[in-house]
Amino acid sequence: MTMLDERPDSPEEEANPELERRAERRESWRGFFHAVPAYVYLIFFFVLPLVIVFVFSFASRGRTGRPILENWNFDGWTRLTDPLVSTIVGRSLFVAALNTALCLIIGYAFAYWIATRPKQSTRTLLLILVLIPFWSNFLVRTYAWRILLDSDGYITQIGEWTGLWGRMLFTLPAVFLGLLYGFLPFMVLPLYASIERIDWSLVEAGRDLYASGTRAFLKITLPLSRPGIIAGSILVFIPSLGAYVTPDILGGAKTTLLGNFIVTQFGAARNWPFGSALSGSILIVMVATTIIYFRSGARTL
Amino acid sequence: MTLHEGAATGRRLDRMLTINGWLVFAFLYLPILVVIMFSFSAAPNVGTWGGFSLRWYERMVGNDPLMNALQNTLWIAFFSTIVATVFGTAAALALDRYRKWVSGGTFDAILYMPVIIPDVTMAVMLLLWFTQIGLPLGKGTIILAHIAFNISFVAIVVRARLANMDPAMEEAAADLYASRWATFRRVTLPLIMPGVLGGGLLALTLSLDDVVITSFVQGPGSTTLPVHVFGLIRKSVTPEINAVSTLMVTASMILVFASLVIQRRE
Repeated sequence: MTMLDERPDSPEEEANPELERRAERRESWRGFFHAVPAYVYLIFFFVLPLVIVFVFSFASRGRTGRPILENWNFDGWTRLTDPLVSTIVGRSLFVAALNTALCLIIGYAFAYWIATRPKQSTRTLLLILVLIPFWSNFLVRTYAWRILLDSDGYITQIGEWTGLWGRMLFTLPAVFLGLLYGFLPFMVLPLYASIERIDWSLVEAGRDLYASGTRAFLKITLPLSRPGIIAGSILVFIPSLGAYVTPDILGGAKTTLLGNFIVTQFGAARNWPFGSALSGSILIVMVATTIIYFRSGARTL
Repeated sequence: MTLHEGAATGRRLDRMLTINGWLVFAFLYLPILVVIMFSFSAAPNVGTWGGFSLRWYERMVGNDPLMNALQNTLWIAFFSTIVATVFGTAAALALDRYRKWVSGGTFDAILYMPVIIPDVTMAVMLLLWFTQIGLPLGKGTIILAHIAFNISFVAIVVRARLANMDPAMEEAAADLYASRWATFRRVTLPLIMPGVLGGGLLALTLSLDDVVITSFVQGPGSTTLPVHVFGLIRKSVTPEINAVSTLMVTASMILVFASLVIQRRE
């Protein structure tokens, strides 16, 4: 059986640590070459562009609004404390935080419901039904609310008839509705993934030890679904913070958010360095959150 | 509380969760159905029903700028999807198999950032970068931008597939003296193909649907359909937009559905 002895995983060779290490190093190189195209691409068209935003945020503003790489200054960043600007930043933080909270409450009950359906095929089907609108055209889904909330649309008529709400279009509630609609599935998916993994015998054990349903939920289910809560909150909070299409279509002049304000700097206001500083402030939040999250040992969101 | 009462509250809770579940589904789907319904309405304003008609679709097909934008969209989606699928699959293989080199949370974070980054910030980044390195804005820059955000989506989908793969299959091939390439062609690739196709279809959908990033890095004559429609919505809302919207949302829902079904195939 000499042939078998030549196999790399035969016990004789496994006992040779030097050979093992060499084979492992060769494998590592191979992996490195697999990763090269994607990472070179991402460094060139993601990481470097991300860095250049910060460089340009210190540049000075040319006549056309384009940045000029001289007379470096902190103007873009100091303007963040300007009352008008800080109102917009504060409003965006508030909107993103409240939207994350709303998505978490509704999304948790929803994900819990899907994850506790007894049949695997039902769960898969319900999950596919969540994913379809999730990946579908965001612009059209936001535009739909423009029709629904139209002044002679049914929702406005019902609101006026019952006296519960008036014209919602172009106000902050309309923006909230659009954001909740747009980002709810971002919350549901990671929540579902972590609730489905829960070992229910732990909850049963808690109940056997006379924990009430609420107590068992707070002490067992909720802590076990923590990874999903964190991942879902990141996935909702950060895109909400920079939302642009939703407030642009459903909001009005009084609901300007960071996303709209940034676009204005690259359009009508012609101030690219200031726009870069605004984008940079969102990027700091995003980069810090994701790196801390993945460094803490998580492998996926 | 007796056991019986406990079961009763459990049932009541379950009923409430079920009601919430169907309400959420209604919330997710009704708006889309409303757009589709009104696209077939003869009424000249967007939110009222005026009898069945295909007039907005006729007008859409006769709208040259719209059809031109559609053509751009399809070409851009085609090229960016192919590149993103190849790069994303290779990256997923590397991340799954060879943790030694590419381990450490930073690589994972870089791969996930394009997924969670707000569109506006990604758009600003790429606009600044393209103008700085002197690339003329147009279809080329749109394709480069779409590849940049799609690599991550493909890699994530393929990686999920790889995570469920039995490594014994590849080991068996190697034991039977298959070369590395033969193992990849005959064993690995067929096994991960549902992930590759699913990820590719998802990339195609995202490329067909992108608005914000494309609108920043486009040049004269390179407008895509969603960007064109976004401009129309901002000006004034017309029933013709309902027809185009129906086309776009139906196309993306079909692609997403296909992607999901393929990913779950054995």
